[in-house]
Amino acid sequence: MTEEFPWQHAFPPFFTLQPHEQTRVKQLEAWRSMILDYCQSHQITQFDVQEIGQSALFHNKTIQRRLSPEDLLVVLEDLRSHGHLEWDGPAKSRRKAHIYWRRPEEWGSLIYNWAQAHGMTNTVCTLFEITQGDDAQDQAFQGLDQDLLIKALKCLELESKAELFPDQEGVKFF
Amino acid sequence: MDRFSLSANGGILAAGEFLITSGDNVKLYDGHQKTKFEIGELHLTSHRLIWHNPAIESAHLSLPLPLVVFLEEETGGLMKSPKIVLHLAPAHGSGASPTANFVKLSFKQGGEKQFKAKLHDALEQKQWEIVVRQKARGPSASMPKMRTGIGGIERSIAQKSKLRDTEISKAFQDLEKLMEMAKPMVSLAKSISSKIRDRQGEVSDDETVQFKSYLLSLGISDPVTRDTHGTGQSYYRELAKEIFWILDQPLQESGGMMTLTDVFCRVNRARGLELLSPEDLLNACKALPEAGLPLRLYTFDTGVSVLQLTSHTQEALILKTKEALEQSGSLTVEELSKASGISVILAKERLLSAERSGAACRDDTVEALRFYPNKFLTC
Repeated sequence: MTEEFPWQHAFPPFFTLQPHEQTRVKQLEAWRSMILDYCQSHQITQFDVQEIGQSALFHNKTIQRRLSPEDLLVVLEDLRSHGHLEWDGPAKSRRKAHIYWRRPEEWGSLIYNWAQAHGMTNTVCTLFEITQGDDAQDQAFQGLDQDLLIKALKCLELESKAELFPDQEGVKFF
Repeated sequence: MDRFSLSANGGILAAGEFLITSGDNVKLYDGHQKTKFEIGELHLTSHRLIWHNPAIESAHLSLPLPLVVFLEEETGGLMKSPKIVLHLAPAHGSGASPTANFVKLSFKQGGEKQFKAKLHDALEQKQWEIVVRQKARGPSASMPKMRTGIGGIERSIAQKSKLRDTEISKAFQDLEKLMEMAKPMVSLAKSISSKIRDRQGEVSDDETVQFKSYLLSLGISDPVTRDTHGTGQSYYRELAKEIFWILDQPLQESGGMMTLTDVFCRVNRARGLELLSPEDLLNACKALPEAGLPLRLYTFDTGVSVLQLTSHTQEALILKTKEALEQSGSLTVEELSKASGISVILAKERLLSAERSGAACRDDTVEALRFYPNKFLTC
């Protein structure tokens, strides 16, 4: 199965970090959406930086261009600043990362809307129900990664829309 | 060596003898053999060669010039100094000593070429004969006066200096003839160029341009110098005009832009003798807007300075570069310089300017730096 990438992936300058401010903004934008789409379609929620740097995403063998390790870190940092990436382990090492092709806040909204729609406000619900429950069968967050789910619920906590139980097994929606 | 005579007062010149030149650190060779006469001063007078070691006051060796039959040169090498070889007339008198018929003067410190030239001249001029003739004439002309009287000495000195002047002017005659011929030519060129400037002559535009180009190649256009215009702003303004006048045509041909180094070379070549210093050139370029000329000094971010025709503005150039990129898909600096017929420096500046304005983006690899049309902003 040949990978389908947008036009930028076949454009050699895409693999060189552009010095021109305006151009760079566009370039990073393109990288962001490309990486997130790739991770989503391959169901990648976390990766090793070095490993993914060698994947087809960052290395186009046809035009013989690849993103250099330094530039890759710049791109990943940009993802992080947009809330789509979180470093795993000590921040300085930058070897592993979690990737959120949907931001935790976005997951939070989805879950809360679903909770509201199903009249689950002011009730308690287990995390299991949210990701594996019958009511959540056709929901996007079905089978969601546990860590990500907790992050999403924590975002709701900040918005005072939910409260996570200390054992992290249940949550109450408001 | 036996033709050298050792004297204690060799430093004193005889009547009519004058010093021509001297050389330092000269060593004497008897034939091919070294002598003990080293590190000496060698003086050439009109009559003789005197070798003298300043450390030893008394040692003066003199060789009368009439004895020198032939001159040769031995070029120096890594380990040996250049030498002049003097072939001498056979010694009269004692013929028993088996010394060679030539001596060598070794110039440890160089300067032998000049010395040889002067020695050659001295041998040609044969001053020693002239003085002899004068001495012969002197007494007959001044019969009533005493030959050794002060008057006689004064007269002989006067005659000698007059003779010297004649000799010198004879030597310079050729040069003066040339200068004489050049004078009307220079004044003619000056008058025509001033006529052109004042537009009083009946010279057409084409002829003017042609004539100016001839003047340029001759290098005798009427240059603006500090004599004609002094220092200060008017000087720089006039210089600016001259620079524009010189560069207008070449600039049109080379795409409206020229690096300051090229400008410096061309302007000085055109001026010929009255060269321009880099500071004067720079100040003149700065005075271009003031002089109301369609030429500007422009400095890129990289520090490269160019003179640019205002008709070829940055925007126009960026557009041109953009078109070139679109036509060929992508370009390196070398490729653009070849395609547009401009220098590599200017091609690089153009591509960087295009990038800075968002018209181009770069593809930086180990093989090359390429520029593409900026699809990021257009798609």
